[in-house]
Amino acid sequence: MATALRPSVDQVWQWLAEVPDPEIPVISLTDLGIIRNVAWQDDTLVVTVTPTYSGCPATTVINLDIETALTGHGIEKLRLERQLSPAWTTDWVTAEGREKLREYGIAPPVDGTAADGLLMKRIDRLGGRSNLTIACPRCGSANTEKISQFGSTPCKASYRCTDCLEPFDYFKCI
Amino acid sequence: MATATLDPAVDQAALFEFLLRLGDNALILGHRVSEWCGHSPALEEDIALSNTALDLIGQTQLWLGLAGEVEGKGRSADTLAYLRDGFEFRNILLVERPNGDFGKTLMRQFLFDAWHFLMLKALKGSTDRRIAEIAEKASKEVAYHLDRSRDLVIRLGDGTAESHRRMQEALDDLWAFTGEMFMGDAVDAALAEAGVAPTPHSLKAGWDEIIEETLAEATLKTPADAYMHKGGRRGVHTEHLGFILAELQFLQRAYPGATW
Repeated sequence: MATALRPSVDQVWQWLAEVPDPEIPVISLTDLGIIRNVAWQDDTLVVTVTPTYSGCPATTVINLDIETALTGHGIEKLRLERQLSPAWTTDWVTAEGREKLREYGIAPPVDGTAADGLLMKRIDRLGGRSNLTIACPRCGSANTEKISQFGSTPCKASYRCTDCLEPFDYFKCI
Repeated sequence: MATATLDPAVDQAALFEFLLRLGDNALILGHRVSEWCGHSPALEEDIALSNTALDLIGQTQLWLGLAGEVEGKGRSADTLAYLRDGFEFRNILLVERPNGDFGKTLMRQFLFDAWHFLMLKALKGSTDRRIAEIAEKASKEVAYHLDRSRDLVIRLGDGTAESHRRMQEALDDLWAFTGEMFMGDAVDAALAEAGVAPTPHSLKAGWDEIIEETLAEATLKTPADAYMHKGGRRGVHTEHLGFILAELQFLQRAYPGATW
């Protein structure tokens, strides 16, 4: 097989950057940080993907979308590999992805990943008993309150702005 | 602790048994919680419960998937979930308790979440790399489950007279099913010896701490330890499991091999 005919790994990353997340179509799979590696193994392209949440129903759709996009670009031999560790974290959502989320009306994750084992500290932080501020994506106000730890998808929580009264999703830190 | 490897030297039958216990706890509780879908007292709670159920079913796929690999007889997570009979299930009795009212569902969740959180935290250090990886993933999700169930136990326990009464009743009713989480047997001893999993008993002090602190804040009274029900971990279940399986397994039993 002539190596020169293969698209470069960079090219593949660019193609993947055009594949939207099925649940939040304003951000791409690369914005979300779930594509962990792209590599050629002989004549097979291997794309390593990590799930956001273990039960996220979008996972199957994401794999299908990757296959559809890459075969559409002429990739003939493709293998998708699941990688569990290191586990996905919202820290991997790109700066650009965060901005797109905000514009779409979803407050982006503002915090680092959960501290290991510091349960009570973590509960304080998540329970709003710390100086963590989740700004309203509509008016930018810092006066917001949590409605529920869980939102319309596993990766989001429900919040409400007490100034402009907008209810909104917060992409919660994990 | 020894470095994690793909396949540490441990009795494979014991490992399979252990993975079934983890997977079946997640599966049966996930199913129970999913029964609330469309019936919760508020939309936010309905969504939260469905999300929790979804996390648990996702974790089930990982644990039972690995169990099938370890067993090496070609059984998948689906096969294990849909085509085993009740006596082959290894979940603790607590997770098969009926949902009851919202308070009972939440109290069951809290008692389980506290244990689950500690178990997964310990498993992140497993000598079996496959187990450590699943635990790393699942523990992030379970930290949110515990945040939520703990918060609601406090709000409802320290709420109205009616919510307090219901939460105390739930606690009194479920307490006798908590002991099973900390009882060990030969399987646990073999896995602890190989550094694959903690002994159940080693999680008790941490669990007591979370439970006592939360119940105190919730103004609920911790029941005295008395007789503890057991049996689920070795396949001896209450009648409730049969009803769960009748619903859970119906489609694959009636239409073998059916797919979407």
